[in-house]
Amino acid sequence: MQPTHASRRILLPVRNWFIVLTLFLALLLNLIPFGRLPGIPDWVALVLAFWCVHQPLKVGMAAAFVLGLAMDVADASLMGQHALAYVLLAFAAAGLSRRVLWFPLSQQALQLLPLFLGMQLVMMATRMLSGAEFPGVLWFLSSFTAALLWHPVTYLLLIPQFRPEDKDVHRPI
Amino acid sequence: MGLHRVSIFLESTPALMSVVGHAPPPFFKRGPAPLVRLAFFVSLSLILLVADLRFHTLEWARLGVATVAWPLQRITWMPIDAAGDVGGYLARQSTLLKENEELRRRQLGTANLLLRQQHLEQENVRLRALLDMRARLPVEGRIAEILYAARDPFSRRVIIDKGIQHGISAGQAVVDDVGIIGQVVRVFPLTAEVLLLTDKDQAIPVEVQRNGLRAILAGAGAGMMELRFLAANAEVQVGDILVTSGLDGVYLPGLPVAKVVKIDRDSAYSFARITCAPLAGVERHGLALVLGGRIALPPQPDDMPSIAEQPARGKRVKKKAH
Repeated sequence: MQPTHASRRILLPVRNWFIVLTLFLALLLNLIPFGRLPGIPDWVALVLAFWCVHQPLKVGMAAAFVLGLAMDVADASLMGQHALAYVLLAFAAAGLSRRVLWFPLSQQALQLLPLFLGMQLVMMATRMLSGAEFPGVLWFLSSFTAALLWHPVTYLLLIPQFRPEDKDVHRPI
Repeated sequence: MGLHRVSIFLESTPALMSVVGHAPPPFFKRGPAPLVRLAFFVSLSLILLVADLRFHTLEWARLGVATVAWPLQRITWMPIDAAGDVGGYLARQSTLLKENEELRRRQLGTANLLLRQQHLEQENVRLRALLDMRARLPVEGRIAEILYAARDPFSRRVIIDKGIQHGISAGQAVVDDVGIIGQVVRVFPLTAEVLLLTDKDQAIPVEVQRNGLRAILAGAGAGMMELRFLAANAEVQVGDILVTSGLDGVYLPGLPVAKVVKIDRDSAYSFARITCAPLAGVERHGLALVLGGRIALPPQPDDMPSIAEQPARGKRVKKKAH
């Protein structure tokens, strides 16, 4: 038996400005200086993965690359470190998009967790190859937070697309 | 299933149907294949990585983007600032009183030194003139506030609130009330990045205060530092204070840097492993003093015979075969 889509709601088409706005807000959230507090998710990666899964034709590797460059400057990290990791994340998320939306939200989060962890591993590999220190195991906590946030973020970002309750019984859908 | 098959058919149909004057329907326009795009962007990122890491050619781009993004960054600090204000408001009066008393006590303790400092400095100038040495110029400092630690988890950097506009330039030393905390490595119009002493990329020439033994202190990560390349039998003890030697022309000589906390003399290695802890509040936040740049050291004499030409001491000089 074929599993059904969890939300089972027909969504309105997404608006482009809303995608841009959410990505921009995620960038702002990432700029908040929390220092070395562990467990703060990478908001840009989370929102980017969301749109790559839900709208793979609109948000892809080009957006990931530009956002990665912005994060590289904001983070005072190596130029290209975030760009590389985000591009790989966007590629993997877009590849996942056909399949993952058939699962309930908790299982979607489970499937996205390896992507976030992989992204962090790519960042760590690039930095440690260039001679930086190991940031500690707690740094990987942010991937788990991001996966936990997948459920609320899905609802939050899909709000504008939910079709308003229509009482007209004569409409087919 | 029918819909699925249709979608497969649509995907496998190439955009060949575009006749002249007939643009294909928009859903056929997919651009290059994902793998091609991936390869393109990954190679672009790798080029950027190499350009930044090897050649340091991207600083201008970084400066430009950071300048444009400055107002945005200022906005995002608001929640942290607000939290700090609330925290400061709720600070106990007893804490403040204790701190006040502590500061007063320290001021009294150093008053003796401060009062005599001017006298000592003048005496020093006279003695140096007598000894015909170069005068040690006073270096002015600029007080800056440490705004926050950089988010990058791989390095130890903090951002201070003074930049190009305030005359800060890369290479200046940053100290707090106890000792050195780091060095300015990157300047933006209104902020600057300070690489802390505990960063793995940071090295500072020091000498042991007790006996003047010179060495290089490098960051070891995790808030510690390491005294490198000292022989296993070097004259260093646990508890020794390390001060800057000033040989590099960046740091003033005599500033306290670190304290030796652990020495591991393993005869299997030719060097001792000497772990040090920074004296200044390197990982703490607050006010810091950015010291002005030092004058360049005198140029190295170039009429000296190069080392390669000289026979190494202790080695037999080979006689040329006739």
